[in-house]
Formats: sequence, structure tokens, C-alpha cells
Amino acid sequence: MNYLVGAFKPPCNIFISFTDGRSRKQVPLKKENGKTVMVALFQSQENIVGEVVIEPIHGKKVEHNGVKIELLGQIELYFDRGNFYDFTSLVRELDVPGELYERKTYPFEFSTVEMPYESYNGVNVRLRYILKVTISRNYVSNIVEYQDFVVRNYTPPPSINNSIKMEVGIEDCLHIEFEYSKSKYHLKDVIIGKIYFLLVRIKLKNMELEIRRRESTGSGPNTYVETETLAKFELMDGAPVRGESIPIRLFLSPYELTPTYRNINNKFSVKYYLNLVLVDEEDRRYFKQQEITMYRNLEAS
Amino acid sequence: MLLIGAEDEEKWLAEGIAGIQHNAFYLHRALDSNNLRDALKYSAQMLSELRTSKLSPQKYYELYMRAFDELRILEMFFKDESKHGVSVVDLYELVQHAGNILPRLYLLCTVGSVYIKSKEAPAKELLQDLVEMCHGVQHPIRGLFLRSYLAQISRDKLLDIGSDYEGDAETVMDAVEFILENFTEMNKLWVRMQLEGPGRVREKREKERSALQELVGKNLHVLSQIEGVDLEIYKETVLPRVLEQVVNCKDDLSQYYLMDCIIQVFPDEYHLQTLEMLLAAFPQVQPTVDIKTVLSPLMDRLSKYAASSADVLTEFLQVEAFTKLSNAIEKVIEMQVDMPAVGAITLYVSLLTFTLRVHPDRLDYVDQVLGACVKKLSSIPKLEDRWATKQLVALLSAPLEKYNDTVTALTLSNYPRVMDHLDNGTNKVMAMVIIESIMKNNTCISTADKVEVLFELIKGLIKDLDGATDELDEEDFKDEQNSVAKLIHMLYNNEPEEMLKIICIVWKHTMAGGPKRLPFTVPSLVFSALRLVRQMQGQEGDIVGEEVPATPKKIFQLLSQMIEALSAVPSPELALRLYLQCAKAANGCDLEYVAYEFFTQVFVLYEEEIANSKAQVTAIHLIIGALQRMNVFNVENRDTLTHKTTGYSARLLKKPDQCRAVYACSHLFWVDGQDGIRDGERVLLCLKRALRIANAAQQMASIARDSSGPLTLFVEILNKYLYYFEKGNKQITAAAIQHLIELINTEMQSDSATSDAFLASTLRYIQFQKQRGGVMGAKFESIKL
Repeated sequence: MNYLVGAFKPPCNIFISFTDGRSRKQVPLKKENGKTVMVALFQSQENIVGEVVIEPIHGKKVEHNGVKIELLGQIELYFDRGNFYDFTSLVRELDVPGELYERKTYPFEFSTVEMPYESYNGVNVRLRYILKVTISRNYVSNIVEYQDFVVRNYTPPPSINNSIKMEVGIEDCLHIEFEYSKSKYHLKDVIIGKIYFLLVRIKLKNMELEIRRRESTGSGPNTYVETETLAKFELMDGAPVRGESIPIRLFLSPYELTPTYRNINNKFSVKYYLNLVLVDEEDRRYFKQQEITMYRNLEAS
Repeated sequence: MLLIGAEDEEKWLAEGIAGIQHNAFYLHRALDSNNLRDALKYSAQMLSELRTSKLSPQKYYELYMRAFDELRILEMFFKDESKHGVSVVDLYELVQHAGNILPRLYLLCTVGSVYIKSKEAPAKELLQDLVEMCHGVQHPIRGLFLRSYLAQISRDKLLDIGSDYEGDAETVMDAVEFILENFTEMNKLWVRMQLEGPGRVREKREKERSALQELVGKNLHVLSQIEGVDLEIYKETVLPRVLEQVVNCKDDLSQYYLMDCIIQVFPDEYHLQTLEMLLAAFPQVQPTVDIKTVLSPLMDRLSKYAASSADVLTEFLQVEAFTKLSNAIEKVIEMQVDMPAVGAITLYVSLLTFTLRVHPDRLDYVDQVLGACVKKLSSIPKLEDRWATKQLVALLSAPLEKYNDTVTALTLSNYPRVMDHLDNGTNKVMAMVIIESIMKNNTCISTADKVEVLFELIKGLIKDLDGATDELDEEDFKDEQNSVAKLIHMLYNNEPEEMLKIICIVWKHTMAGGPKRLPFTVPSLVFSALRLVRQMQGQEGDIVGEEVPATPKKIFQLLSQMIEALSAVPSPELALRLYLQCAKAANGCDLEYVAYEFFTQVFVLYEEEIANSKAQVTAIHLIIGALQRMNVFNVENRDTLTHKTTGYSARLLKKPDQCRAVYACSHLFWVDGQDGIRDGERVLLCLKRALRIANAAQQMASIARDSSGPLTLFVEILNKYLYYFEKGNKQITAAAIQHLIELINTEMQSDSATSDAFLASTLRYIQFQKQRGGVMGAKFESIKL
């Protein structure tokens, strides 16, 4: 048994660590197995510096054709299982072919790495960054170790940020005017606004504001669109009368939002919408959806 | 919506309470372990129970109170940052993450109150934010309770802000603005309840709404408690805003309640100074609003306030409170065309009460009020409505009570015009009230004009009114007429001339009273006239010449008219007595022929009208008594009269009556006094005749085996004998007395009657006189017992 186990077990342990790992911010990342682990957070143009430690299992000798470390930015589309699109791939050779008898440490550095896209874990798509250490071997499979890390990119507040203001209605039935103070929000922002009832001839029961995420993947005929409602926020309880003005104040921080992603590497987009829903006493729903742009703001995060 | 059974409602309430308790349990655990996250979670869940639409306001209130208690605990927890480690600023954001609006806003209000207290942010902004955010709840009941919670939880802070803060006017205004805003919104929600749920019964809805009125009114109460709200702020901000809301909401229940609330919660001083503004709102409210029950307490309060001190009173004059109130009422009545008479009258009653208290010296005001009322009533000839009538009586009674002097009421030109609108029955009641007032205050009405007015007022009692067909209660009628009779005695003037006028006026009025009333009123009037006669008699010297209008002669003429009217009723016995009184008075005035005329009338009456034997007996005795006192007649006249009298006496039906009348007649011939007639012979004649009759009576009695009646007659005659004996009538001798005593004794024995007390004491008297000695003793000496 021991022999057998030994046969499948990699003959060495590989540890990947970042030089500033202790001080660097850690963020949670959901793995394929559903578990959440804390991983280091980077942004584009950062230097990714660290070391790889290879520690052969006691008494084992590891023969190899070379050791390398790769920094990969991958987009994984679930419906196209197994296919990764590497949009970034950087390689550093760590060792020339040889043998390893004992623990060995290899420093590595990727300087000012261009990482234009953010890590993203969606319904149909995943964008991730990994460090991949490969010990190439002859005849037997390579020994590979991965280390995930997360990339988030910050954008400055937009210089133009108009409010969203609109009058909508059903003729002779319901006329409302709503206003959201901005069209672009950072992730910890607050949506401020109001709904003004110009005409109410139907018996409303309540009104809520939904935050919806629309994730579209693929292109052309193979486009997959997935919409999730991330927040349902009740704005009003009961039936208003004409002239009533209902305030909106929705804090975004409790929700797991990402910035808006537009056409990431021609593979996917993630967009956000505010959906104003009015429900009448017969549970009919009247709604109006407006896109908002989400961005990541350095100060607020 | 279906009508909800009470049972189901109970069930839902129980479920709600259970839900609250369940979550409260976990909430407490979270609080104990200082777990803010869980505390927020469970409190939000707990508050979700308040999202129900199934409960009536009362039940919802129960549920609300449960949650409220828990929220107080949560508030304590929020206050203590050391427990949860989150700054109040962050907390304020954190609670807003809740997805459901109702729990969110309850929590926001709770944290908000802690936030204000912490003074980490300007109270003004926080309050504005809270009151603004609460807009999210548009459901009437839930919204009302939420805002009520906001009001309640912020109340002490507001009082602080409004009062503490070094009298900073800004902060006071902040608090005021907040409350006004919250009040306005609450009222809107409250009004909206009326429009909710078309299936529900209107009455039920109104009942439910009434149950919630205090939630709305509470805001006004808090406003009134803020020290910083001075007259200026009240006048410039509070009142206009509140009134605007009241007028604009166009809801009768709300208008009624809120107007009442304003009046009740704010000080009188404010009302006085803002009277115009306040009153201007009244004509603008819905026609269905019961203005009278709102306005009346206002006037009531104001009048009480006016009475509190003299300084205040001058303020009333300065602001012309009366004019304003009066105008306002006029306007209200004008606007509310459909207002029932009772409403209008009630308003006038209040105004009148106000006037009487505040301006007791302004009779013109009182008259003005009455005049306005007349104007309002001009379209209705007689009030049919019982309540309206009642109010009208109150209106008319008020001046009487106030002035303690009915004369004042008599000078009010509109007073009788108002009375005209009462139905006959009430008119009488009112007339009674007037009379009672006069009697109670012992008011003397001393001029003919006033008497005229007075009788005009009480004409309901004086004569049958047009169309009066109502069944009269005998007792009531008697009471009424007795009152009128009493009243007549209250009419008095020292000046004979004026007094005569008064009498004439009264007679003019009472004459119309008809046969039922005359017997009550005429005697009073007669005696009143006789009093005048006697008075004039006293001042005889002053009466000079024929020009003087008030001479006894004239009065006697009038008197005989009166009594004649009375005898025509017919009420002969009463007329007879009155004639006799008049005759006596004429005797006093030395008017022989007048007195004779009266006696003539007496005998005519006796002959023609008095047929009843008992009445005859009484009449005869009265005549004898009166005639005996007359000294004005010459011999001839007197003889005629005495002759008539004795004749009638002897012709009475029953023997004993005859006997008694006859011996009484003896007095006609023996008058004590200086120039009295002392015709001893005729006295004796009478007595002897009486004895004969007594004998006859005794014989008749013995045949019938009757009582000892006749014996009494003998004793009575004996007493007469003794009387004249003592008076010195020579015709009455001791022997005759002796004889009579013996006669009685024999009768006693034969009659075997038991000893007679009357006789015994008579004999004892003789004994006493005998033993007394002196002249009298000597006289009696010869009588042997």
C-alpha cells in the first residue's frame, strides 16, 4: 500500500509565497470546490515578487527537466468546459534540468505586470489569475502547483456622472417620475433618489428597487445571458397618492458587486441594472430597468 | 376586502405577538452577548410582524406596543457604544441595509434618536432625514404607527432642542418644523384611511379612524409642550401651518378633531391673540363638520380665561374678541347652509355665554347676538326640533341668569323676537323661567313699559296662543298660573299714577286669559290694586282735583270690571270674596256708594250664582264679617244690607247652619268702637231666633237619633250670650244666661249625652269670671251654676 501511495504522491512539496505576503491585503476567493480561501490581492502594474520553495519528500530524489513559474490570466467559460483562454501568460525559468535532493528556494519576480482584467467569479464565466509552478519530468507527469491571487483595478471617479431621471407610466393609470442621483456608482456607494407619483389610478401595494447583474458570455449565436437579482430593497409600503414623493437611499456596500465589465477579452460582459418594481394589489408588477455603471474606487474600498 | 371576523383577528394578533416574542427572545440573547449583527437581524425580523395588514387599528396597536417595548431595550443597547463597538454614525448606515422598509425605518428611527442625543450630527438634519425617510411607508395604519413611533421616540429630544439650547431660535424652529412635517404627513395618512378598502362599512372605518386620532393629535400636544414655541412662533408658523393642513385635508373627521385639538392643547392666551386666524379656518371646513362642538369650547375657554384677571380682560377688548367671534359665527352659518338650526343656536348660546362673561356691561352685544339668532331663525316660524328648542331656551335663560335682574332682559329688543320662535309649550317653559328668575331675585318691575314688554314675553302663560291645542296638564297649568299671580305682585311702583298704568296693562293682558286663567290672575291683580288704593288713602291729602288720573274711584271702577269678568267665568265664590275686599277698601276710602255697589254685587252673586249650600254658608259668614266692619254706610243703606243678610242667614238649608248664621248676624248690630252701632235689642232678637232654630234642630235630631250636634249649638249660643253680656248689652241679662244654662243641663240629662268639653270649659269660664271679682265678677255673680 505504502508503495502504491508513494507512487502517486508527488515526490516533493511546492510552496509559493509572496515577499510582501504578510502585509498584502488578503481577500476571499471562492474555489471550485465551494470553499472560500483568503488570497493575496494585486492590481495591474504591480510587481509580483515572491519565492518558490521545493521540498522533496524525505529521502526522495526528484529528477527534472527544469522548473518554471508562470503567471496566467485565464478566462474560463463553463459551457465550454475545460477550455481556458489565457489572455496573459508570463514565464520565468527557475531552474535548469537536474536533480533535487533537498529543499530549495527560488525567488521570482514579475515586474509591472499588465493585468487589465479583474478576477471574476460569475455564473457562466470565471476570470482568474494564477501562479503556476511546473517541475517538468521525463516519462512521468510533471509536478504542478497553483497559487491563486486576485486582481482588482481601481478607477478614478468619473468626471461626468449624470443623474438618471425619467418619467414613465401607463397611460391614464400610473405616471411616475424617478430620479437616481448618479448613473455611475462605486462599489460602496449609496444610491440616492426619489420617486415622484404624478398619477396613481391603480392600487399599489409596494415598491422595491432591485439591483440586477446581467452576465453575458460568448458571442454571436453562442451568447449566454444570465441575470441575477442581487438586491431587493423595499422602497415603499402601501399605496401612495398623487403628489407623493418617496425617497430612495440604498447602500451598496452590503451587496457583492463588481465593477461593470464590458466585453472582457471579447469573452464576456457584466452589467448592472437598477430595476424599479411597483406591485399592485393583484400582484401585477410594473417595472422600469435602468443600467448603472459600477466602478471600483480606491478610496472607498 | 372581506369583513374580518373578530375571531380570526384574535388569531392573527396572537400569531403576531408570538412572532414578536420569538424574535425578541433571540434579540435579547444577541444583546446579552453584545452581538450587533444578530441584534439587527432579529430586531428586523421582529419588526416584520408589524407589516401585517390583517389587524384593525386597535389590535395593531397591541402588536405595536409589544414591539415598542422591545425597541426601547434595543435603543439602550445602541446607546452604549462600548457594547457593540460601532459608532453611531456607522450604526445609522448599518440599519438601513435592511431590505424591508418597515423594519428598516423603525430601526432607523431608533438609531436616529440615539444619534440626535449624541449630538454628533446636527439634530436638524437628522430629524429632517427621519421624517423624510418615513415617506416610504404609505400604508395608512402602518405609516401612522411608524410616524407615531418617530414622534414618541424623538419627543424628549425635541423638548430638549426646543427648550434647552440657550433659547436659540433656530433650533426651536428645527424642532417645530420637524413636528409640523410629521404632523402633516400623519394627518394625510389618517385622512387616507377613509378612502381605503371600498368594501368596508363607513361607520366601521370612522370608528377605526377615531381610534387613531390621538396619534395625530399627539404632535400638536408635543408642539404645545415645547417651551420655545412662544406666541410669535405660534402665530407665524405653527398655527398657519396646522390650519393649512386642517383646511386642505377636506376631511370632516380630521377637521373636527384637529380644530378641537388646537383649541384644547394650546394656551388661551395664544388663542386670543390669534383669534382671527383661528376663526378664519372655521368657514372653510367641510359642511359636515360639527363646528358648534368645537367652537363652543373655545368660547367657553376664552370666557373663563377672561375671568382670570383684569389684565386679560383688557386684552380681550384690544383684540375685539367679541366682534371677531361674532363675525366668525355669522360666516360659518352663512357658509354652512345646511347647518341645522340647533347648530346655529348652540353657537349663539356659546357666544352669548362668552359675551356675558367677558362683557357683562355690553347689553348691546347681548342684543346683537340675539338679533343674529333671530335673523338665522327668520326662515323658520316655530322650532320643531327638540334639541334646537332646548338650545334656544338656554340662549334665552343665559341673560336672565347672568344679570339676576330680569329687567335687563326686558330692555333687549330682540329678546321677545327670539321667544317667538319657540313652540307654545316651550314658550311657556321659558316664560316660567323668566318669572322664576324675577321671583328668585325679588326683582321689582316698576315701569309700565317694562311691564308691557314682560307681559309680551310671557304671553304664552297669559293667554291661549294661536293654534294651541295641546292637552294641558292640570297641575302644570296651576303652577303656571300661580306663578303669573305671584308675578303680578312683583310689579310695583310707588307712584300711584305709574302703578295704575301698570295695573291697567296687566289687566289688559290678563283679560284675554279666558275663564281658566282669570281665577288665578284676577285676585292678585285685585289685591295689587287694593294696595294702591290703600296707599293713596294714606296720602289722601295729596290728591287734589279731578285731573289726577289715579283716583280711588277710577281704581274701583277698574276693580269692578275685573271682578265682573271673574264672576262671568263663572267663579262666583271668588268674585264674592273679592267684592267684599273691595267693599272694605271702599269703606276705607269713605266711598259709601262704591261700597254699597260692591255689596249689591255681592248679594246679586249670592242670589244668582251661589247655589251650593255649603258655599252659601261660607258666603254668608264672609258677608257678615265684612258687613260688620263697614262703617261708611248711612243707616238706611246699612239696614238694607243687614236686613238682607239676616234674611239670607235664616234661609239657609240646614238648621245648624241657619242657627250659626243667625247668631253671627247678631254682630251686625253690635260693633265695637267709638261710633259703632249697639242695637242690643236686635242682638237679642238674633240670639233668640238662633235659639229657636237650635231647638228645632234638636227636635229634628232627636227624631233622627242623631248626634249631639244641637247641644253644641246651644253652647255656642251661650257663648254669644256671654260675649254680649260682658260687652254690656243691657238686653242680655244674667237671668237669660241662667236660663240657657239650665236649658242645656236639662237637654244633657235627657239626651244622656256624655259630658261636653266645650260646655265644661264654658262653665269653667263663667266660674272664673265669678271668682275674679271686680265689676265683671259682680256681673257674673247672679249667674248660678
